[in-house]
Amino acid sequence: MAALLIQNGRVIDPASGRDGVADVLLEDGRVAAVGAGLSRLGAEVFDASGLVVAPGFIDMHVHLREPGIEHAETIESGSRAAAAGGYTSICAMPNTIPVNDSATVTNYIVERARRSAVVNVFPIGAITKNSAGEELAAIGSMIAAGVVAISDDGKPVMNARVMRRAMEFARSFDLPVIYHCEDLHLSAGGDMHEGLESTRLGLRGIPASSEDVMVARDILLAQATGARFHVAHLSTRNAVAMVAYARRQGLPVSCEATPHHFALTDRDMAPYDSNYKMKPPLREGADTTAVIEGIVSGVIDAIATDHAPHPGSEKMQEFERCPFGIIGLETALGLALERLVHSGRIGLGRLVELFTTGPARILRLERGTLGVGAPGDVTIFGTDFEWTYDVNQSFSKSRNTPFHGAKFRGGPVATVVGGAVVWRREG
Amino acid sequence: MPAGLLGIEELERQEIEAILARAKDFQPIQTQAQKKLDTLRGKMLVNLFFEASTRTRTSFEIAAKRLGADTVSITAAGSSVSKGESLVDTLNTLAAMRPDCIVMRHAASGAPHFLARHLAIPIINAGDGTHEHPTQALLDARTILDHRPGLEGLRVAIIGDIAHSRVARSNVHLLSKFGAQIVLCGPASLLPAELGCLAPGVHLTFDIREAIADADVIMMLRVQLERQHEAAFPAGEYFQFYGLRLEHLALAKPDAIVMHPGPINRGRELSSDVADFQRSVILNQVENGIAVRMAVLERVIG
Repeated sequence: MAALLIQNGRVIDPASGRDGVADVLLEDGRVAAVGAGLSRLGAEVFDASGLVVAPGFIDMHVHLREPGIEHAETIESGSRAAAAGGYTSICAMPNTIPVNDSATVTNYIVERARRSAVVNVFPIGAITKNSAGEELAAIGSMIAAGVVAISDDGKPVMNARVMRRAMEFARSFDLPVIYHCEDLHLSAGGDMHEGLESTRLGLRGIPASSEDVMVARDILLAQATGARFHVAHLSTRNAVAMVAYARRQGLPVSCEATPHHFALTDRDMAPYDSNYKMKPPLREGADTTAVIEGIVSGVIDAIATDHAPHPGSEKMQEFERCPFGIIGLETALGLALERLVHSGRIGLGRLVELFTTGPARILRLERGTLGVGAPGDVTIFGTDFEWTYDVNQSFSKSRNTPFHGAKFRGGPVATVVGGAVVWRREG
Repeated sequence: MPAGLLGIEELERQEIEAILARAKDFQPIQTQAQKKLDTLRGKMLVNLFFEASTRTRTSFEIAAKRLGADTVSITAAGSSVSKGESLVDTLNTLAAMRPDCIVMRHAASGAPHFLARHLAIPIINAGDGTHEHPTQALLDARTILDHRPGLEGLRVAIIGDIAHSRVARSNVHLLSKFGAQIVLCGPASLLPAELGCLAPGVHLTFDIREAIADADVIMMLRVQLERQHEAAFPAGEYFQFYGLRLEHLALAKPDAIVMHPGPINRGRELSSDVADFQRSVILNQVENGIAVRMAVLERVIG
C-alpha cells in the first residue's frame, strides 16, 4: 500500500500533547508512526520543513448545496474548496432540496460524497421534517445512515415544545443538537445587525436579542432534557456569556464561532455590499471582542466557517433582496492566523484545537488526532508566507466573500486525506 | 461632487453651500414669465421611480425642463420591472440608451449605491428606502435660509417617524454639518437610541413639548405606515402625543417656521390649522424643490 512520509515539520497534535519537530508516517490510509528520523522504503516524501503538521482540520458547519442547488455548489466543488482551505473533513448542513430529513437523502449525500468528494463528508440531519419546525424528522434512521448531528440550520425551531422533544430524542442517541439561535419574530425583515450602522444605512436591523433569547431558551431546554446542545455560529457578547454560564453549571453545551464573526464588525461592511450579508449578521465591536475572548478562554470550542455559497446573480440585487451567507472554507485558516495567532491572542496549539479536537469531540468523530492508528488526515500549513486571496481562483462554484483581495500571512500548504495528498498550494 | 448625488452624509459642507447658493440664483426664474434656460440643452435625463411619487418626480422633471434638458419618466408599474427583470438588468438596459443621468427612487435602502458601483452613469438619489433623500434636505435647507441668515446654532425639531424617515436622515446630516442643534422626537419605537450618534449635535426626546421648546424650525414628518411592518404604537394614539397642534407653537420661538416634506396627512401628524398656519412654509418647500434640483442637475450633468 502507498505510504506518505511527512518529514521535518513542526507536529502539533493537541490530543497527545505533542508539539515539536517530527516526522509523520501514513500507511494504508492511517497514521503509522510519529517520531524523529522515520523512514519507510518506497514512501512518498513530503518535506514539511518550516511548516506546521497538524491533524486534519474539521469544519462542522458547511453548506454544500447538493442535492438541489448545484448551481451554487456541489459536494465535489465544496469538498475541493475545503481541501484548499486545509480541511480534511466537513459536515454538510441539511438545508438542501430536498432537506436532509430522511435516511434516503442522507444515503444520497453519503453516496455522492463517496464518489465525488476529495475530503470526508459527514452529513447533518434535520431536526424537523422539511426543517419546518413542526414534526420531528426521521432522526433514528438518519443516524443509522450516517448523520453525526441534527440541526435545522437557518430555520430555527420556534416552537419550544418541539425543540424539547427533539432534544429528548437526540439524547437517547447521545447525538448533538446543533442550533442556529434566532428568534424569527425579533429578527423579521432584518438585513444587518441592529445598531448605529443599520440606523445610518437605513437598513432594518437584526437585534442581538434575537440571538440571545434563543441561546437562553435552548440552554434551559438542554438543562431540562440533558441533551448535548451546540450553539452554531454564536456572535453576541450575551451568547458567549450564557454559554460560559452553562459550562459553569456543568451542562453539556458547546459552541462554535465563524472567522467572519471574529474578524469583522458591522462597521467593516462596504455600504450595501451583500458580500457582508449573513446570519447572524456582523455584530458590533464589543461582540467581536467577546467572541475573541471566548476563543481565548476556551468557552468557544470550535471554529466553523458556515460556508454558504450563493451564485452571483442572487447576490447582485438590492441589499434587502440578497440571500444571507458567505463562502469561507478557503479563508478560515488565514483569518484565524491573522486575527488570533499573529495578534498574540492564542498560540498555535490552541488554534489547532479549534480546528481539530474541538469539533471532533462535539461530533464524537474518531478524528482530529495524529495518534497511531487514527485516520491519515493531515493538514500542513505555514504561518508566515504571504498570499492574497483571489476568489476568482476559488474551487467553490460561488464567489460571495468579503475577503476577495485580502492579504494573509500563513495558510494551508497541503491537505492529506486518508494518506493521500488531495490539495497542494501551487508555487 | 462625485459622478452623481447619492446622499448628504458623504458631501462636504462647501459642496452643499455651492448648491444652495446656486439654487438661490434659480429662485427668481420660478416666477418670471420666461422660465426656460438652455444650460442642459441636448442632455437627456431619465426619471426612474420604483416607488410612487408625485411631487419629487414632477419637481425633477420640471427642473430638468427649465434647464433645457429632455426627460423621460418611468414608473415601476407597467415597466419591465413588473415583468420580473432584475434591477441591474433594467438599469443596464437604460444605460445602454445613453441618458446623461438617472434620477431614481427605490423602496430599498442602498439601491442607488449598489447601481452606482456597477454602472458608469451618474445617479441622483431621489429617495432610497429609509436611508437618504438628499434633494429634500437641500430644499429644506434652502427654505430655512430664506427665513434665517444661517443654519449655525439654529434649533431644529424633527418630529415623527424618524426611524423610517430618509428625510430625517438627510436633514440630520446636512444640519449637523452646519452646526445646527437638532432635536429628534417621536415614540421610542420610531426613535432608536442610535440616532443620537448619527451626527454631532443631535439630541433625542420622546416629549413633543420639549422638542418644540425654543425651536427655530419645526419639521414634521409623515407617518410612514407603508414602512411599518407592525403597529409601532397603539392605533389612534399618534396624533394625541406626537401630532403638532396650534397650542404647541407658543412654545417655539415667536418667528419659528413649520415644515413638512409632504404629502401631509391633516389630523395625523399635524392639525389642519397648523397646515394652513401663516408661518407654515410647506409650499415654499415645494417651490424651492425645483430651484434646488436645477442646481443639483447642473452640477451633475452640466
